[in-house]
Amino acid sequence: MGRKILLVTTDQQRYDTLGCNGGQLSSTPNIDALAAGGIRFERAHPQSVVCMPSRSTILTGQHPSTHGVWMNGVPLPVDAPSVADVLHGSGYRTALVGKAHFEPFLDPFFRFVENSMATTDGSVPPGGLHRGFEHLEMATHGAIGPLHYARWMMAEHPEALGGFYPALDGSLQVNAAGGGDTGAPQVKVNPIERGIYHTDWVADRTIGWLDTLGADEDWFCWMSFPDPHHPWDPPESEVGRVDWREVPLPAGYPEARAEREAILDAKPRHWRLWYDGTLVSNYEAPAEWVPATLTPDQVREVNARNAVECELIDEALGRVLARIAERGWADDLDVVFTTDHGELQGDFGLLFKGPYHVDALMRLPLIWRPAPSSTTPPSVVSRPVGLVDLAPTFCAIAGIAPPRWMEGEALPVDDADATQRGFERVLTEWDSELFGVDVHLRTIMRDHWVCSTYLPGTSHDGTEGELYDLDDDPLQRVNRWDDPAVAALRGDLVADLWDHQPEKRTPELVLEAPV
Amino acid sequence: MVPVTATRGSVRHAVQLACPPDRVWALVGDPARIHEWFPGIESCTVEGDERTVVTRSGLPMPERLLTVDHVLRRFQYRMIAPMFKEHLGTLDVHELDDGTSLVVYSTDADPAPLALVIGGAARNALSRLPAKLGLEGTEHRTTAGDPGAGPVATRKGTH
Repeated sequence: MGRKILLVTTDQQRYDTLGCNGGQLSSTPNIDALAAGGIRFERAHPQSVVCMPSRSTILTGQHPSTHGVWMNGVPLPVDAPSVADVLHGSGYRTALVGKAHFEPFLDPFFRFVENSMATTDGSVPPGGLHRGFEHLEMATHGAIGPLHYARWMMAEHPEALGGFYPALDGSLQVNAAGGGDTGAPQVKVNPIERGIYHTDWVADRTIGWLDTLGADEDWFCWMSFPDPHHPWDPPESEVGRVDWREVPLPAGYPEARAEREAILDAKPRHWRLWYDGTLVSNYEAPAEWVPATLTPDQVREVNARNAVECELIDEALGRVLARIAERGWADDLDVVFTTDHGELQGDFGLLFKGPYHVDALMRLPLIWRPAPSSTTPPSVVSRPVGLVDLAPTFCAIAGIAPPRWMEGEALPVDDADATQRGFERVLTEWDSELFGVDVHLRTIMRDHWVCSTYLPGTSHDGTEGELYDLDDDPLQRVNRWDDPAVAALRGDLVADLWDHQPEKRTPELVLEAPV
Repeated sequence: MVPVTATRGSVRHAVQLACPPDRVWALVGDPARIHEWFPGIESCTVEGDERTVVTRSGLPMPERLLTVDHVLRRFQYRMIAPMFKEHLGTLDVHELDDGTSLVVYSTDADPAPLALVIGGAARNALSRLPAKLGLEGTEHRTTAGDPGAGPVATRKGTH
């Protein structure tokens, strides 16, 4: 009998939303306990700051340039390599419960298994495996659509469907409508009973699958919560946990408009163009929403509701861990907790996400609590790691040599291990091309610097960049790209970036849906 | 370049097929045969200039046929479900100099996201045409944007 692996992901969660990372708004005792008994990473970055490319990196252990999912709406090929497949081939039982999103959501033709499974196949995919998972029960933000959670809600709780915020509007754009007390976008009062909200459903279905397993079986379960990604419509019964009126404005939100706009003006021009509502470069933020209209109270309310969603996730995870302990697996259980990317959540006066490679979107919560039976000492790792390192970590836990197609390395257990094994840098990439607007950037985080270089696109001529000293400027307000004092450093970082940036897959995979 | 964010989306996909255009047109130019070559469409009915396709998800999609030109080998139609403010689908079969065929499927739609949804499914259908016709095909792709060309990378990985 080997070690069991529980991969817990959330969607669009910031580093600073966890108590163990200094977060003050939400109470996350179960996750904090995992951090206290395991390894907490202070500088974990995604390889893309949007869902499909980032989740594909988690599954494949490859950078987006290699697996080819270069933006949301580009499906990961069904025959793409998968760590779940590797584990299943080594005798692990495998399941994914919650949000998958390796395939586009908007799919009236049911071209993709993720969308057709709940209707045609139940929870066992056609052929018995999909991307290495033998069991899939899927959910996303809300209760409309073909996924398992939505179908269950439509069948069992149709009266609750209208409580959710409609994530898309009538034009199939990300909805800009405001709600709550402040009119913040993607906020809505949701009277749904807590026990049937998707966070608890994901935990319930995870427990349901684990209960089907034999005591001596090894397993890999990816439990994937759709929250705290917008819409921010948690069960109204829970919203009182955090009174938005008492929520301080985040450090990353410059309250003075002139200061905010001066900071944006020092960044590549698409920042300010989006803020002013002049340019919408990507699908992931509401096209009809103008960030310049965001008010301090809206920032407070969004942060409060986000914190409530984080608390519900923590409690749901606690229930799953308790059941695992009841099954007698606790001593052999590895837990990895992370997310696919972050959320601007008020930083620079912005919400949501896009081609903005700053800590709000790139610095992720990542905790690896190795199985107690491994006697791995608790630690904090400050060296850079990436989600690309998760797949080889799962292989290492299972005692399997990582396949050659994996580009990451098993996560270090402490900084000495990280130094010895060369964890020096982490890369993040962005490509988008949407109805005549394209943006392309590549980013390296090394030492205490974040350096992004822009390629030619709609708003950029290829000379632009961003360079931030995280030691002196943790909020990334001072763009030093054009500072002569750090010109040599900039050149070194850019050269290092391109020296390690994987070659782009050819032919390029095709964008087949907006998301 | 002046940035453009329109509510209308335009998507274009194409495939080159190693066969004469009339052979391709016999299949794709017949509005009543779309379910034979377009994955995800389970059935279709044609009455006059009205066609209704039913997708695999069970969604009926009413359409109006605009052009069926057997000389030009051009087929055009509009999807007229309420979710579309506007739609125009255009399928052209061109004869190339070497006697092969180029099939081009253009999708214009308002709301713009629907152009990607329909266009993505059309691209998938085109990619399967060579097998459907028993041919070897080379797929081509063109869209409104520049996919971007960065410096060529030389190494993989970060560590």
